[in-house]
Amino acid sequence: MPGKVKLHYFDGRGRMESIRWLLAAAGVEFEEKYITSPEDLDKLRDDGRLMFQQVPMVEIDGMELVQTRAILNYIASKHNLYGKDLKERALIDMYIEGVADLNEMIIVFPGHPPEEKAAKLALIKEKTTNRYFPAFEKVLKSHGQDYLVGNRLSRADIHLVELIYNVEELHPGLTNNFPLLKALQTRISNLPTVKKFLQPGSQRKPPLDAKCLELAKRIFRLP
Amino acid sequence: MAAKPKLYYFDGRGRMESIRWLLAAAGVEFEEEFFETREQYEKLQKDGCLLFGQVPLVEIDGMALTQTRAILSYLAAKYNLYGKDLKERVRIDMYTDGTLDLMTMIMGGVFKPPVEKEETLASVVKSAKTRYFPVFEKILKDHGEDFLVGNKFSWADIQLLETILMVEELDASVLSDFPLLKAFKTRISNIPTIKKFLQPGSQRKPPPDSHYVALVRKILQF
Repeated sequence: MPGKVKLHYFDGRGRMESIRWLLAAAGVEFEEKYITSPEDLDKLRDDGRLMFQQVPMVEIDGMELVQTRAILNYIASKHNLYGKDLKERALIDMYIEGVADLNEMIIVFPGHPPEEKAAKLALIKEKTTNRYFPAFEKVLKSHGQDYLVGNRLSRADIHLVELIYNVEELHPGLTNNFPLLKALQTRISNLPTVKKFLQPGSQRKPPLDAKCLELAKRIFRLP
Repeated sequence: MAAKPKLYYFDGRGRMESIRWLLAAAGVEFEEEFFETREQYEKLQKDGCLLFGQVPLVEIDGMALTQTRAILSYLAAKYNLYGKDLKERVRIDMYTDGTLDLMTMIMGGVFKPPVEKEETLASVVKSAKTRYFPVFEKILKDHGEDFLVGNKFSWADIQLLETILMVEELDASVLSDFPLLKAFKTRISNIPTIKKFLQPGSQRKPPPDSHYVALVRKILQF
């Protein structure tokens, strides 16, 4: 029997959360082995299990994969969430790279010193409302279909909806001016696998709180 | 007859250079339009060609593609430089993600104030020597083959060579402890398309200088 998918990360969102979302949406069961101390991370490194000494690391299909994008690409391809041909894949890649750029700002936001936080928060809002949400609203408007690419569910829809939820936690109501995005969010949230993931008790992680941030800093030996 | 791919960027390396490398290595001729003024850039934004208002932009096969990785993945797949199956592809993705991380640090470094720039670039060299190059040396050692993945030339080899040359510009001795990478560098550099790209007069761009930094700052207004 093939081994289950196993995620190696700390018990928090960080760079592993997009992977959790994609696996869950694809209906793939996964286990998690939490890194709880710097020594846990050291052990993974000393055992040679982290190619570039970094996590996320995902055990899947007999491999130990690192690099968030490589992992996501593999899962998406394997589970037919990456478009039907090269051109659809290029569109999906373009969209998800934009999502990743904005999500990156959100991921690193908790780590900023207090005096910088207000400015960073404002920047996230500005980019969301002026750059990213308009771009995706326009895509949906241009074809009038239910999904971003190829009239079919793909990873682009999943990553974008995850982003929308993340943005809303920081700036509630930002989707109010983007009706098609709101409709996409509702539609994707109602998919059985995603609906289940959004319910309490799932493997979805809560927003990073102060305690979790301290833990992450300790594990990764950050100042 | 299919039009040549057209690249829209500044006349310098930046995020477009990896795309130039890949096209050149694949033997694909391409055209370039360089931004010299803010107005040119704004026109492209207003024309709606830039999905997120940003470059690189590559017009290819009827698409206006932006986002560096989206463009690179498309080209790699189109020109059969992305492995033969999913397992080879994920390895290529892991390796190229790693090398692109390293090159992006250099790209960002040149825009920092002098002291921070020195620190960043020193940190890149250290990272290359302790984190990245040992990995690739070991991969080559473990399988003893000429190329990183699947005993066949791929995007991973092109990008590793580009990275090696870029780091060597910061520290010429960086490969001194990596004999297999040294041999790899020679071998990949001698592939005819790459050899041509490495010669003067090609579309390869020189390292960023203060003029390039000023130009980009002027056009992107930061």
